[in-house]
Amino acid sequence: MSSTFTTSGSDKKGCTTTMSIKRLRTVAALSAVVALALSACGGGGGNDNGTAAGGAKNEFNAGLAAVVNPSDKKGGTIKMGHSDTWDSLDPGETYYGYAWNFARLYGRSLLMFKPAPGKAANEVVPDLAEGLGVPTDGGKTWTYKIRKGVKFDDGTEVKAKDVKYAVLRSTDKETFPNGPAYFEAFLNLPAGYKGPYKSKGVNTDSAISTPDDYTIVFHLKNGFGGFDYLAQLPQTMPVPEAKDTGARYRNTIVSSGPYKFANLQPDKSFELVRNDKWDQATDPNRKALPDKYQVSLKVNADDIDNRVISGDLDIDVSGTGVQPASLSKVLTDPALKAQADNASLARLWYTSINPTVPPFNNIECRKAIQYGMNKASYQTAYGGPFSGGDLATTLMPPLVPGYEKFDLYPAGPDSKGDQAKAKEALTACGQPNGFTTNMAYRSDRPREKATAEAFQQALKPIGINLTLKGYPSGDYFSQYAGNPPFVVANKIGLATNGWGADWNDGFGFLSQIVDSRVIRPTGGSSNTSVRIPDVDKMLDAAIAETDTAKREKLWAPIDKRVMEEAVIYPGVYAKSLLLRPKNLSNVFISEAFNMYDYLSLGVK
Amino acid sequence: MRKIEGRSLGQIAWMRLKRDKVAIVGFVVIVLLILMAILAPLIVKAIGHPPNEFNQDLIDTQGGTLAPLGRFGGMSWDHPFGVEPVNGRDLMSRVIYGSRISLLIAFFATLLSVTIGTVMGIVSGFFGGWVDALISRLMDVFLAFPLLVFAIALAGVIPDDAFGLQGDSLRIVLLIFIIGFFNWPYIGRIVRGQTISLREREFVDAARSLGARRPYILFTELLPNLVAPILVYSTLLIPTNILFEAALSFLGVGVRAPTATWGGMLSDAVTFYTMPHFMLWPGLAIFITVLAFNLFGDGLRDALDPRSR
Repeated sequence: MSSTFTTSGSDKKGCTTTMSIKRLRTVAALSAVVALALSACGGGGGNDNGTAAGGAKNEFNAGLAAVVNPSDKKGGTIKMGHSDTWDSLDPGETYYGYAWNFARLYGRSLLMFKPAPGKAANEVVPDLAEGLGVPTDGGKTWTYKIRKGVKFDDGTEVKAKDVKYAVLRSTDKETFPNGPAYFEAFLNLPAGYKGPYKSKGVNTDSAISTPDDYTIVFHLKNGFGGFDYLAQLPQTMPVPEAKDTGARYRNTIVSSGPYKFANLQPDKSFELVRNDKWDQATDPNRKALPDKYQVSLKVNADDIDNRVISGDLDIDVSGTGVQPASLSKVLTDPALKAQADNASLARLWYTSINPTVPPFNNIECRKAIQYGMNKASYQTAYGGPFSGGDLATTLMPPLVPGYEKFDLYPAGPDSKGDQAKAKEALTACGQPNGFTTNMAYRSDRPREKATAEAFQQALKPIGINLTLKGYPSGDYFSQYAGNPPFVVANKIGLATNGWGADWNDGFGFLSQIVDSRVIRPTGGSSNTSVRIPDVDKMLDAAIAETDTAKREKLWAPIDKRVMEEAVIYPGVYAKSLLLRPKNLSNVFISEAFNMYDYLSLGVK
Repeated sequence: MRKIEGRSLGQIAWMRLKRDKVAIVGFVVIVLLILMAILAPLIVKAIGHPPNEFNQDLIDTQGGTLAPLGRFGGMSWDHPFGVEPVNGRDLMSRVIYGSRISLLIAFFATLLSVTIGTVMGIVSGFFGGWVDALISRLMDVFLAFPLLVFAIALAGVIPDDAFGLQGDSLRIVLLIFIIGFFNWPYIGRIVRGQTISLREREFVDAARSLGARRPYILFTELLPNLVAPILVYSTLLIPTNILFEAALSFLGVGVRAPTATWGGMLSDAVTFYTMPHFMLWPGLAIFITVLAFNLFGDGLRDALDPRSR
C-alpha cells in the first residue's frame, strides 16, 4: 500500500483491514443486526456547492459537484495505473472502494449507486434488477425481479440462479477470505453451510429462493431495512456455475457488463475490451463510451502521479490521492491545481480516550484532553487541509446522511485548543498539576506517529505528559490498542484510531465504533473506549426504524451522546487530493466512492 | 647535545600518528562529536529550540503543502539547519540530540563486542584443542546468524517494561546488547589468530621455561601485545555500529518517537524526498561521524603496525 501520509483512503474497506471479516462473524454470532456495520471505508465525498448540469469549468474542485467535459463521444482507450494490484478482481471477493467502482465495468450487481455527480451518487438504483427490493415480513424477506435479456459474454442469458450462485459462493470465506461478510451474517443459511464448493447439494432455499428464472428472494434471519445496500455489493454480480473455477475465477471472470477481460497477466496488467453481448437496451446506467481500458499494475506510485500530470496515463485507479512528493507540486502550481479535485471521504480519523485507564475514569480528565489538544496540529499531522482533511468536531462526517454539526468542546478561535478550559477540567478532575499516561499509535503509519507527537506537544503545557507507544498496524486492534486487558495493563490512555463506512450510512458508520457490544474481551474491535448503555439502546431503536427519513434523524443524538462522554477525540474528516484526467470526458467525483466514477468516463 | 633516549613502542606509535594529518583531523572531529553529545542539553538550550518542540507557524499549513516556509527548508539564523516538514521541529537540535543515541549505542556495543571477543579469542587461541574447536564453532554460528532479522524481531516483541527498565532506556540497552553481543566473533577471530601466533614466540617460551603460570602469561605476556589490534579494530567497529544503529532506527525498531536519532530522522525524511534538506543533515551527520572514525582508525593502525601499510 502506498504511503499512509497522503493516501488516507489506502485503507481497505473495513478500515481495520484484515480484522473485518473475523469481527463480522463474531458479531454476527452475537446479533445479526449489529453485524451490519462492519468496517467501512467507502463513504461519500463532495461539497454542497453548485449543481451545474452543463459541464463544469476546468478549475480546482470542478469535479466535485458537476461533470467536467460532458460528452457522448464513443471510442478511444482509457489508461489506468495502480501502484499495487487488486486484492482480487473476483466480484465475490474484492473489498476496496476503487475495486467496487471498477467492477461495474465488467459485472452487473442487482442494484448500484447512481453514476452521478454530487449527492445524487448516494442513491441506490436498479442495475441487473428491474427495481429496488420489495421487503415483506417486516424486512425479513427481500424480493428482486431480474431484467430479461441480460447476457454473459458467452451469450447465455443471466438467470436468477446465477445471482444466487454468486452470492452463495461468496460466503465461502476459506476460498474467498478477503470479501465482505454481510451475506453470511444476514441470510438464513442452513446451519454449517460452507458455500457451494464444500456443501455440495445442500438445499439453500431457506436463504435464497428462485421461484422462476427472473425472480430472486432473499430470506434473512432478522428484519433489516437496509438490505438494498447489500444488493448493490459486487457479490451479487452473476457468476455462471459451469464456468466458476473457485479461487482461480479471478483470472477467468465471465463478464455480464459492457466490457470483458483480455490479456490478463496477474500482477502486471490487463485490458477490458467491449463485450459485444452486452445490450444497451437492458442498461439505463452505463454509457460504455471508450472501446478499451488498459490497466497497468505494480507501477511506482510517484511515477503514476507524474504520468497522470503529463497525460501519459489517465487515472490512478486506486483513487487514494496523490503521493506526498506530488502534493506540494500540485498545490503550488496553479495550472496543476486547476486539474485537481479535493474529495471528501466518509471517514473520521480520531483518538480513543479510554475510560478504563485512570485518571480517564473521571470525565473531567477526558474533557481536559478534548480542550487541551491542538486541533489544528491534528490536521497538520494528517497532511493539512487538502490531503489530510477538515477539522472534525463530531463522529459522523458531513457526508453521512443524518450528520448534524455541533461542537461540544470549542478549540478556540484558531483551533489550537482552549488551555484555560483544559486547566479548569483538570482541576475539576482532581489533577490540577496534570498526570502521566500513554498513547498508542500504529508505528508504520507516519500520520499517526505525527498525531501522537502532536498530542504530546499540545498536552505538555497543561501538565499532561504522554509516553508514545508505537505498535504494528497488523495486530493493532487484536493485540494492542483494541485489546481491553492490554489497554488496562499497559495504561493506554489514548490511542489513535480511524473509521470509514462501507457505504454512506449512519448505522454502518457508527455502530462498530460506539456500540459497546462489539468490544470483545480478547481484542479485535475498533471500539476501545465507548461503553455507554444509553448509546446501545439508541442504536437498537434506530436500526428497528424502517422509515429511512426518520431513521436518519436518530444518528445525530447518538453522536452527541458519545461526545458528551468525551471518550472519543474527533480529529479530521478525511479528504484526498485527486488528479483529474486531462484527456477524458464525463469526469466527476462519485460521493458513493469518493473518487472519479469509472463507469461514466469517456475519451475526449 | 641531547641525550639519546630509548623510545617505547607507544611513543613511536604516537609520533607516527602525530605525523598523520588525516588521522589527527579524524581524531579532532571525534572529540568534537563526543563533546557535542555530552553537552547536547547545554548547546540546545543556547539555541533555544528543544528537539521535540513544534513550530507549526513555520510550516505552510494554509497552502496545504506542509513544507517549511521560506527557502532551503526554512533555514534561518534562528533555525540554521531549517525545520522539519509537518511539525516544524528544529533540525539542528534534533541532529545534535541524535548524536547522543548514536554514539552511546555505538560505544557501548563496541565495548561489549570487544570484551567478549577478546576473552573468547585469547582463551580459544591460548588453550587450543577442544576449547578452541568449541569456541571457533560458536563463532561460526554467530557469524552465520541473521542479525538484522533477529534484531527487528526482538525489538518488535520486547515489552515496554523489562529487566527493571522501561521506555527509551530499555530500548537503548536492548540495542547495545543486540549490536554488541552478536558482533564479538569478528574481533574474537582476530584475537585468536594473534594469540596463536604469539604463544609460540620465544618470549612466551622463555616465560614458560622460567615457570610462569598461565594467568601470568595470558595477562602479562600476551595481552599487551594484543592491545594494538584490539584498539584498531574497536575504532573501526564503532562506525559500523553507528551505521547499524541508524539502520535499525530507520527500520523503526530503534528508540521510540519522538526521541531524535539520525536513523529515525532519515526514515522520517523518506516521505519527503522532494525536500532533500530534511535528509541532508542527519545523513551528513552519519557520514561525517563514520568517516572520522574510519580515518582515525586507519591512522591508528598505520601508527601501531607500520608493516600493514
